[in-house]
Amino acid sequence: MLNHAEASEKFIADAERTTWHDETLWFVRSKRDKVSKLLPEWEELREQASSIKDHTLANLAQYLEKFEAQAQANGIIIHWAKDALEHNQIVHSITAKHGGKALVKSKSMLTEECHLNDYLIKQGIEVVDTDLGERIVQFRNEAPSHIVLPAIHLKREDVGETFHEFLGTPKGNKDPQFLTEAARQHLRGHFLAADVAITGVNFAIAETGEFVVCTNEGNADMGAHLSKVHIACMGLEKILPQRKDLGVFLRLLARSATGQLITTYSSHFVRPRPGQEMHIVIVNNGRTRQLARPEFRNSLKCIRCAACFNTCPVYRRSGGHSYHQPVAGPIGSILAPNFDKASNVDLPFASTLCGSCSNVCPVKINIHEQLWLWRQDLMKDGLAPAVKSFSMKGMAFVLSSPKIFRLAGFFGRTIMRYMPFLVNNSLNPWSKQREMPKPPKESFQDWYKNRK
Amino acid sequence: MRVALFVPCYVDQFYPQVAVATLELLEGLGIEVVVPKDQTCCGQPMANSGFAHITSSCDQNFHQNFDGFDYIVGPSGSCILHLKEHHPNPKIRESVFEICEFLVDILKVKSLTAHFPHRIGLHQSCHGQRGLHLSSMTELNEKPFSKLTYLLDMVSGLSYKYPKRADECCGFGGTFCVTEEAVSVRMGEDRILEHQANEVEYIVGADTSCLMHMEGILRRQGSKTKVKHIVEILNHA
Repeated sequence: MLNHAEASEKFIADAERTTWHDETLWFVRSKRDKVSKLLPEWEELREQASSIKDHTLANLAQYLEKFEAQAQANGIIIHWAKDALEHNQIVHSITAKHGGKALVKSKSMLTEECHLNDYLIKQGIEVVDTDLGERIVQFRNEAPSHIVLPAIHLKREDVGETFHEFLGTPKGNKDPQFLTEAARQHLRGHFLAADVAITGVNFAIAETGEFVVCTNEGNADMGAHLSKVHIACMGLEKILPQRKDLGVFLRLLARSATGQLITTYSSHFVRPRPGQEMHIVIVNNGRTRQLARPEFRNSLKCIRCAACFNTCPVYRRSGGHSYHQPVAGPIGSILAPNFDKASNVDLPFASTLCGSCSNVCPVKINIHEQLWLWRQDLMKDGLAPAVKSFSMKGMAFVLSSPKIFRLAGFFGRTIMRYMPFLVNNSLNPWSKQREMPKPPKESFQDWYKNRK
Repeated sequence: MRVALFVPCYVDQFYPQVAVATLELLEGLGIEVVVPKDQTCCGQPMANSGFAHITSSCDQNFHQNFDGFDYIVGPSGSCILHLKEHHPNPKIRESVFEICEFLVDILKVKSLTAHFPHRIGLHQSCHGQRGLHLSSMTELNEKPFSKLTYLLDMVSGLSYKYPKRADECCGFGGTFCVTEEAVSVRMGEDRILEHQANEVEYIVGADTSCLMHMEGILRRQGSKTKVKHIVEILNHA
């Protein structure tokens, strides 16, 4: 597996595509800016959302139990999964119980996190992702590169090629409307034939036991309304105390995600319709571990709007796959080390700590500060490459002694003045595409000493 | 008012003119400035790399040099922010000021004699802007303001332009600039392109590290665009 820096270098090698990727996502960020500034109460809304989430996380057990009781009273069957495997097993057993062979699934980052598709396919069950972007990446056997815009790394030409291969659309046709229609016809058959529909959950309301699923394509509704069994999969942090809280979150979600005033479909599922079975799988998968870490717990406030992706200057220029995790971008980089530190040690470093992510976050997660804190945590755990550890200790040594610092500075500048090839070479990553600073004859302190 | 000049390590070694300008600017405003001679570094390069746990002797050295001053002033938003957020001593954390915020908020400067008849592009360094709130931020729904332009408006002959994306990061990011070399350079190139589209002579900011990164790219490109720290302009006769 390539680390973030290596994967980014490959991504950036296609300069034109990088420009396009950066500008496309910047356009989304700009739309977000525009609509958020139309609301004088925008910053207040963020503050409110943040405190509702803080409160909920502080009383999570209580709200989860309340939600369970309410949902059960509404006739929904509740399951608890401690980890990804248990989640997958539960979904499979429900499907198997109904003799289900074909399954449609609307967007759910949780099922990506649990690698549900792979699991079910191995059990001989067909899974069709019904979100257009997700269907495109599913055809290509790729992971989504963005949690709201899963195929944003692809251009319309790429989609045309993919559809030509899998749906038999005419070669060379890259007309978005034509391709979307082809996908619609293709998906219709799957919707009608599905035994089970899986959806994600954007918000689960403890007060009423209902859950809300937001999509722009209506594919979650189409699946849930047509199949006999509806399974909704949710992380245990998706709880909101009351229905009225939605007034805060639905306004923030769409504006932050795409710059829309409201998501096209905000569907409330309260109880199964007659003859239908409705299940909710509530998943932990490491979330309570994160909850127990005071400095990282509020990462669980995330509502998966991806505003931090769109604003991140690193994400826009490196693409989602460079993060090698289901959730990429700044938020992914603070969630990933909770799953596994060693394999995600690069991610908190895939940032300049510019802080833009924290500013756009609708629930005010201090993302860039948590990136910094994860760096400390991971390095303390001894996960730094030996070279880095060595050079950091060397640097700390030089910088804690004024005498050695002056000496090192003098020699450094002298070498750069008279033997610049020693620093301006391909072994120095700085000078691969940049010149080193021109070293002055004397340092400021030298100048100051001789001043009077 | 006991004021000490904090000169970040790389400014001391590579950009002494920035420290000279800061010193002269403050002295020109009638401030008596002490320059502690055994100062080295704020510890940020290690801390941002995840090694805050080995900076204690660096922190101690800083404390020894800067103990007892009312104000510790330096020409680098990033180093100042690091000290403000992470230095173990609360007195140090409270007394550090970035030069522009010191001029505007503490000295309440109303006029300067500077003259700089050039067209410049303003680079808003992230740590100064988002960390120290030297100016409003495009992500937030807040009233626009900028301590940088407030000062630049006092310079005669000067005109300034913001790049199209007024406050996007240049990609320096400390050790990020070498560990994520490809993204870092690409970010810098993109910033530079927007400044060049504005046909500016200088890219100007309050953080020498961002400028060093962009200067490195500009010089490699053989570009005529130059970089300058804001204090060099505020102190320009």
